[in-house]
Amino acid sequence: MTEGSIIKVSGPLVVAGGMREANLFDVVRIGEAGLIGEIIEMHGDKASIQVYEETAGLGFGDRVVSTGEPLSVELGPGLLTNIFDGIQRPLEAIFGKYGSNITRGISEPALNREKLWHFVPCVKRGDAVVSGDIVGIVEETELVLHKIMVPAGVSGTIEEIAEGDFTVEQTVCRIASESGPRALSLMSKWPVRRARAYAKKLAPEEPMITGQRVIDSMFPIAKGGTACVPGPFGSGKTVVQHQLAKWSNVDLVVYIGCGERGNEMTDVLREFPELRDPHTGHSIMKRTVLIANTSDMPVAAREASIYTGITIAEYFRDMGYSVAVIADSSSRWAEALREMSGRLEEMPGEEGYPAYLTSRLAQFYERAGRVICLGTDKREGTLSAIGAVSPQGGDLSEPVTQATLRIVKVFWGLEAGLAYRRHFPAIHWLNSYSLYKDRLEPWFREHVGRGFSEAVAEAMRLLQEESELDEIVKLVGADALSPRERLTLEAARSVREDFLQQNAFDPYDSYTPLDKQYRLLCLILSYYAKSLAAVEKGADVQALADMKVRERIGRAKSASDDTYRSDFEAIEKELDDEIETILQA
Amino acid sequence: MIKEYKTIEEVAGPLMLVRGVAGVKYDELGEIVLADGSRRRCRVLEVNGNDVLVQLFESSAGINLSTDKVRFLGHGATLGVSEEMLGRVFSGMGVPIDGGPEIIPDKLLDIGGTPINPAARKYPSEFIQTGISTIDGLNTLVRGQKLPIFSASGLPHAALAAQIARQARVRGSDENFAVVFAAIGITFEEADFFIEDFAKTGALDHTVLFINLASDAAIERISTPRMALTAAEYLAFEKDMHVLVILTDITNYAEALREVSSARKEVPGRRGYPGYLYTDLASMYERAGRKAGSEGSITMIPILTMPEDDKTHPIPDLTGYITEGQIILSRELYRKGVLPPVDVLPSLSRLKDKGIGAGKTREDHAGTMNQLFSCYARGKEAKELMVVLGEAALTPIDRIYAKFADEFERRYVSQKSDENRTIEQTLDLGWELLKLFPRSELKRISPELLDRYLPESRS
Repeated sequence: MTEGSIIKVSGPLVVAGGMREANLFDVVRIGEAGLIGEIIEMHGDKASIQVYEETAGLGFGDRVVSTGEPLSVELGPGLLTNIFDGIQRPLEAIFGKYGSNITRGISEPALNREKLWHFVPCVKRGDAVVSGDIVGIVEETELVLHKIMVPAGVSGTIEEIAEGDFTVEQTVCRIASESGPRALSLMSKWPVRRARAYAKKLAPEEPMITGQRVIDSMFPIAKGGTACVPGPFGSGKTVVQHQLAKWSNVDLVVYIGCGERGNEMTDVLREFPELRDPHTGHSIMKRTVLIANTSDMPVAAREASIYTGITIAEYFRDMGYSVAVIADSSSRWAEALREMSGRLEEMPGEEGYPAYLTSRLAQFYERAGRVICLGTDKREGTLSAIGAVSPQGGDLSEPVTQATLRIVKVFWGLEAGLAYRRHFPAIHWLNSYSLYKDRLEPWFREHVGRGFSEAVAEAMRLLQEESELDEIVKLVGADALSPRERLTLEAARSVREDFLQQNAFDPYDSYTPLDKQYRLLCLILSYYAKSLAAVEKGADVQALADMKVRERIGRAKSASDDTYRSDFEAIEKELDDEIETILQA
Repeated sequence: MIKEYKTIEEVAGPLMLVRGVAGVKYDELGEIVLADGSRRRCRVLEVNGNDVLVQLFESSAGINLSTDKVRFLGHGATLGVSEEMLGRVFSGMGVPIDGGPEIIPDKLLDIGGTPINPAARKYPSEFIQTGISTIDGLNTLVRGQKLPIFSASGLPHAALAAQIARQARVRGSDENFAVVFAAIGITFEEADFFIEDFAKTGALDHTVLFINLASDAAIERISTPRMALTAAEYLAFEKDMHVLVILTDITNYAEALREVSSARKEVPGRRGYPGYLYTDLASMYERAGRKAGSEGSITMIPILTMPEDDKTHPIPDLTGYITEGQIILSRELYRKGVLPPVDVLPSLSRLKDKGIGAGKTREDHAGTMNQLFSCYARGKEAKELMVVLGEAALTPIDRIYAKFADEFERRYVSQKSDENRTIEQTLDLGWELLKLFPRSELKRISPELLDRYLPESRS
């Protein structure tokens, strides 16, 4: 254990001397309060330390002790439904013990040490096991079976294992391994800055269904994929992120509130327990881990929060689950990086961000993917990463957005103009893209419908044409358009308002099953196709635009999940009748 | 034992280097004792071996490197708080300047505050009626929210803020109410306007004022909002009061911060503002809210002037990313004589959804709000088109939208500075305007509500 003393304090950066024996990225304890910090640079015997707590009150000569271990997270039962800060301190427990504000020097183990978990073995004495094999199961919540795995680098035969109630620290299993006997407890540790091992990485091939029409139909993300949501303030980034956390068809969600508003985390904490997962019917909190490092909490811990979150996600991925990491917002993480870089007096890159911004971001997103996990059963796990980006002034040319766009495969671009019109989600249909579309097409064809991709392409074509026609209308007025073009505008408006717009606060509109998405889109396109045919036969465009059935199409998205099929058929019928009447006249 | 040092080595701008000190801590408060016995406050910004870099809170004029002394006080900047502060006026550094007696503190609190545990926050959801339609109806304020006003030079933000302070009430409650007002580098006239207004309405008795005027030391402005928030936290979380905090003008605060940053030769972010401006602003704004274990609340209305009316300038931009919405004032509306000139479309209250609806305001609130927003947006587009192509080029329905936009500005947005509309009046006014449209255009409102509130549309 190395002990040194403080030479310099500058905001969250502390320089300590006498640290020659310490390792880079070791966690240190500073001063009498034992503040937590991490060594990020060494110069001779001087260590530059980023401190995860407020440094007020530290001075020259204060003691710095290295723990000899890198910044790690505790992995085991008790993670789910919990809320942690950026360095995995349990916030509920801290609230109970220390009161409503977070003071300095608080030390509280991440996982509850007293709680007993019922452990059920799945191997028996004498079985041979290798790294990643599951030795037993703890039912952590109704939704998630927590699988206890043989740690990386260990293999051998089981010597002792029994069913029973254990705390996270007690030994549940003994293994005679090649390097000697090993005792396993329910809890393990892993350094956050190192990606967890897996057997093999695979290309993603199944979509992550979110129930958000503009995402699933237009710009889908794959399980194991990466996406970003950039947008100026007020464009609804957080609502999009919350919707993904609520409705995605993944087994687990790790939600990282990184440098954002305290009340948003409170909202998640209050709201999620009451929401039911549409796939299982249980409270979605039971599959959620929250990491909260709000904007008023120390900036260095914000830098760590992203890694804490993704390490926990990797751990569950290794059990064979599909996991989504949702980070709001990666820009705040980048700003934390910039602040530390500035204090280290590094040469700045663009806009003061350090030159290694891009590589750090890439490292983070590269930890996502679809993998074959360690272990003899070759189970498959996926980890999808979705990051919000908060570009300054909504300017997408700024470094964090640009660096992110080079890495991620899906771009959901939010626009202030859409938000002002209360078009939510304000994901712009012409700017956004998904590079998974082709790869996922076979899946959609098989599971949703043969015509799905064609319908989506047709809708996109309408929207594209609308933007061109809009230019003409702005120059010479709507009168210059042909009847066919006017109809295109009407249909495109219907796609925008009746399909793309989705109300996150409406009970039936908030989540749309894929089949309903497909049928709704078909309904709108059918209005277009049938009206077009009617125009050919000489029907009046204005009459087709003013049809009463259009109001029903507009409200179709709020149809309940049980009745929408018959509702849509009824609307289709009414559409036929009304067009018939127009043609008669 | 407090030691005094005569080793001031350097003074440059707001910064001062003192050599050979012992036991001085980061963020510790210090005092410079001048030759004439007067004292000036300073704070440790960096400890480097036996040297410390300190930031002055007051002007450096008259400091003499060879004779003046520095003493460090062994604690950070604190404010003595008590309920007696209500009705009093303090300087930006927390010293009474109204000629009254010193405050006998109930407690000494660190002005930096500590982060609120997100697990301990109570989600703000109590509707505050401000009597202003554009806020109550469209950008609803709730208790514990931080909702800034983005203004620009020459716009009447002071009148709007004063009207909110005067009229804001939670309906059906008669609880302890207080206003904490921090003037940050504003002119005497503007500060006087607020004080006069508070006095006129008898609000002064439950108001605490912290005044740093344009003529006071700029560097003091870094402390002023924190002083005010410390007083507010005491009143809200220890005395269970509902506190409305008005901070004006945040732009002056950010400029003071930039001054210190550039004196330290830090790598600047956008427009010369330090890279940590976001974190720094957040450490103030996030002190608003409600906490478990306390009945009180802090609702915050920071006011800032957008340089060049530019919403993407770092100060409004970063503020918008932290606060729970924004009320934006528009020069165009002001020129048209629409008062208060609230630019409805880009304004937003993020917490409105939990504060409105049946039992809070009225069942039709959410639907009519969304409908008014989208109708006004389309109406403004139609008007733009009309400017280019003339009214004849509009479709009949677009003509209705254009008319709606005008009526909406004239009747809904416009209101007198002493006009206190109840939420029912605001909602009814919304329906009144929506009557212009055929029912098929009102897609954002459920058919049941349309039947109830616009029965004549049912045909």
